[in-house]
Amino acid sequence: MSSSLFNGWEVVIGLEVHVQLATRSKIFSGASTATGDEPNRHASLIDLGMPGTLPVVNKEAIRNAVRFGLAINAEIGRRSVFERKNYFYPDLPKGYQTTQLAEPIVGAGEVVIRLEDGTEKTVRIHHAHLEEDAGKSLHEDFHGQTGIDLNRAGTPLIEIVSEPDMGNAEEAVAFARQLHAIVTSLGICDGDMSQGNMRFDVNISVRRPGEPLGTRTETKNLNSFRFMEKAIKLEVERQIDVLEDGGKIVQETRLYNGDTNTARSMRTKEDANDYRYFPCPDLLPVLVSEEDIEALRAEMPELPDARKARFMDAYQLSDYDADLLAASIATARYFETAADHGGDAKLAANWVMGDLAAKLNAEDLDIAHCPVPAEHLGQLIQRIKDGTISSKIAKQVFEACWAGDGSPDQIIESRGLKQMSDSGELEKIIDQIIADSPAQVEDYRGADEAKRKKKIGFFVGQVMKATQGKANPQQVNQLLQEKLTP
Amino acid sequence: MHDKTLTELKAGLQAKDFSARELTEHFLDRIEARDGELNSFITVTREQALRQADAADQAIAAGDHRLLTGLPIAHKDIFCTEGVRTSCGSRMLDNFVAPYTATVVENMAREGAIMLGKTNMDEFAMGSSNETSFYGPVRNPWDTERVPGGSSGGAAACLAARLAPAATGTDTGGSIRQPAALNGVTGLKPTYGRVSRWGMIAFASSLDQAGPLGLSAADCALMLQAMAGHDAKDSTCLNEPVDDYLGGLDQGLDGLRIGVPEEFFPDNLDGAIADNAREALRELEKQGAKLVKVSLPSIKLSVPAYYVIAPAEASSNLSRFDGVRFGYRCEAPKDLEDLYKRSRSEGFGAEVKRRILVGTYALSAGYYDAYYKRAQKVRRLIRDDFARAFKEVDVLMGPTSPETAFKLGAKADDPVNMYMADVFTIAVNLAGLPALSMPSGFIDGLPAGTQVIGNYFQEGRVLNVAHRYQLATDWHLRIPGAFQ
Repeated sequence: MSSSLFNGWEVVIGLEVHVQLATRSKIFSGASTATGDEPNRHASLIDLGMPGTLPVVNKEAIRNAVRFGLAINAEIGRRSVFERKNYFYPDLPKGYQTTQLAEPIVGAGEVVIRLEDGTEKTVRIHHAHLEEDAGKSLHEDFHGQTGIDLNRAGTPLIEIVSEPDMGNAEEAVAFARQLHAIVTSLGICDGDMSQGNMRFDVNISVRRPGEPLGTRTETKNLNSFRFMEKAIKLEVERQIDVLEDGGKIVQETRLYNGDTNTARSMRTKEDANDYRYFPCPDLLPVLVSEEDIEALRAEMPELPDARKARFMDAYQLSDYDADLLAASIATARYFETAADHGGDAKLAANWVMGDLAAKLNAEDLDIAHCPVPAEHLGQLIQRIKDGTISSKIAKQVFEACWAGDGSPDQIIESRGLKQMSDSGELEKIIDQIIADSPAQVEDYRGADEAKRKKKIGFFVGQVMKATQGKANPQQVNQLLQEKLTP
Repeated sequence: MHDKTLTELKAGLQAKDFSARELTEHFLDRIEARDGELNSFITVTREQALRQADAADQAIAAGDHRLLTGLPIAHKDIFCTEGVRTSCGSRMLDNFVAPYTATVVENMAREGAIMLGKTNMDEFAMGSSNETSFYGPVRNPWDTERVPGGSSGGAAACLAARLAPAATGTDTGGSIRQPAALNGVTGLKPTYGRVSRWGMIAFASSLDQAGPLGLSAADCALMLQAMAGHDAKDSTCLNEPVDDYLGGLDQGLDGLRIGVPEEFFPDNLDGAIADNAREALRELEKQGAKLVKVSLPSIKLSVPAYYVIAPAEASSNLSRFDGVRFGYRCEAPKDLEDLYKRSRSEGFGAEVKRRILVGTYALSAGYYDAYYKRAQKVRRLIRDDFARAFKEVDVLMGPTSPETAFKLGAKADDPVNMYMADVFTIAVNLAGLPALSMPSGFIDGLPAGTQVIGNYFQEGRVLNVAHRYQLATDWHLRIPGAFQ
């Protein structure tokens, strides 16, 4: 179970993950799932819950759920049943959410996660089911009133429910990341967490080892992996504090605020609705045949683990590098494009995991929104490889690319950053430096072979300074050695 | 013109004995003159009807005769009609004008039908007497102190009074057949899934089915021919070819096996009702049909099972009427909770609230297994009973209703007694079978009806049996004295 104890407490974590499926139309209506448009533009008669309207299930949503089931090695529900979850809320137009309960489309499966120390762990999936998203209540902009936007109402979701197999925040985040990698690799979800494409609810409880499970709380509103990690740590600490002070944990739903790193109780179990689930009489059971499953299996895209193996094989990457680069489809695509354009996978890997990752992190950007196209990074790598620029200048070019100043070639050209390859001009500069530094020349010539290697650094530095870094360091070294040797 | 059947009117239009406009105006005038006594219409769409009639006359002039070209029809106010209020008999939807049209209405309009207006009904189709309507009760044209039955009470009454030559209805537990019986007209509930439910405001989705009410089986066949068919907008609408109902009407009954379930003639049944149905059976026997005794032991459980399943589905179906997006909204709500509570308390009538409460209870945690799940089990048993019977017989017959039209208000305070009015019709909905009620005589001056139940998709057979009966009888052509 848990991999570590906190003050003698064992932490038990399970996740419920809502994944918005990237279908073009909604799960029960033909309306578009597009986001960012004016409110209610994509609210059809069905989405509005108009009297007399009826749902028709989107077959692509079914296929996407099956694809996910295959990716986690789960049993696919040959017959799954939509049920109604009844409750009143203004952004729930019909007064019920159409979802699945007793007979979900995806049964038990498993997801393997990799931890920072290199160990692997299996997290069991209890099941995953299809359901419709609700609309949004807009409390701002309407003085004393609430606006309802039903553009999101009816967007297809799969809700993935894990077993409580995670023992700390790191494991939970690794699991969440792996799910993200799987659904984006499958192409069934856009994976943009800031847009709510994936939403994580974390169930947390603590107990003394060997004791029965403690009372759990559910924390919602975790729209980044970083917030998820912080929120879990916060809640674990809170629960341990409460228990160590002799208190009791109340079963409740808590809302996390990432800006302040605080959480508050949203509702307790006493407020819980009786949802009065029953099979939706407007929809027939969803039947998935063996042929349907085999057809989907045959066209499964590459999954993160397979991609990792391919990266190690095709690009000669280390286990660690391949793992990092293969985890997210967006990162993997970026890396592959940069490596192919640049002609050097190792260099591309270093850039993607190094300077690029640091910059994305600093600006809290997803690689999908990276201002430097992968083709440009590839071009940059090419220029390093063909000696047009040094690695040092490359960093400068990269910064300019990031700032939107153009492609690497444009920047190198317009700023005159090309390495000096004209040896005549370079020789003149070197001659001048040697002439201006008689003491250092004397010192160099008097030194033995080993010491000379260090002492030549002074001259290299002077040359680079004089050429503003544009000289090719190897060429400089070679010329200096020739000229300093009497 | 109003004493003619739809089939005769169709022939008259084709022979140019009268125009569609003349025909439509005649019925509109009759509604205007006489419906004050019956209250069978909630909305009359005179101008739209006359426009449609003129279009029909042009089509007829151009030789474009479709199934229903130029024929006026009254639609139950449960079918959404674009631009025309659809109230469902409720204050909740008194202000509701749907931006779309039900498939049933559209299918009939495509075949040239003219809409006279929207007929009165029990609120959200919940009732067997048409007394729960927000627009007031409908009166039975045979005796205006009596109810027309329900929930399609307005449809059956306007037809019996010859204010319309044809009407649409819906049947969840007998809502077409029971009023048809009580008004002396013919009404057919098709197989579940034969007719699209798109645009038909849901009461109990797994039981609701639209169907025709007409003066004769032939008229119902004509209407069903236009109504039926696959609709991609309704997942429960079946993709089965539509039979030629008109073509099969005349087929002889020699060798027909009619099952007579003993449960349809219980010891406590009114003797006059039992005799009336037996008389109808004898007529068919004369035409060569063979009567076979059968038993449907589980159908005694159909009323309790129905009054769990139907309210359970209704409690969920009616959740969308929350005062937020359409329909009735209370004055000056204090907050969201207040908006919900008052909009629903003020917008729904007593019977609707009763069923929402019953249904909510039946689905509640801890009661689901005892009520809803068990009711579904009963439903399977009933289906099995029918399946067994249909291995031996072609149709099943018995009385449609255990009584003739009762007095207004007689059962208003006794819901359980009211629910028993549907004892012979409900099992058919639970099984999803097609069934028809045809006029089979009079008891103390009030019409009685006999029910013909067919196997799945055997609407043609059911219509054929009723048509053969109507060739030998004239009960279906009798007109209430006051409405000659």
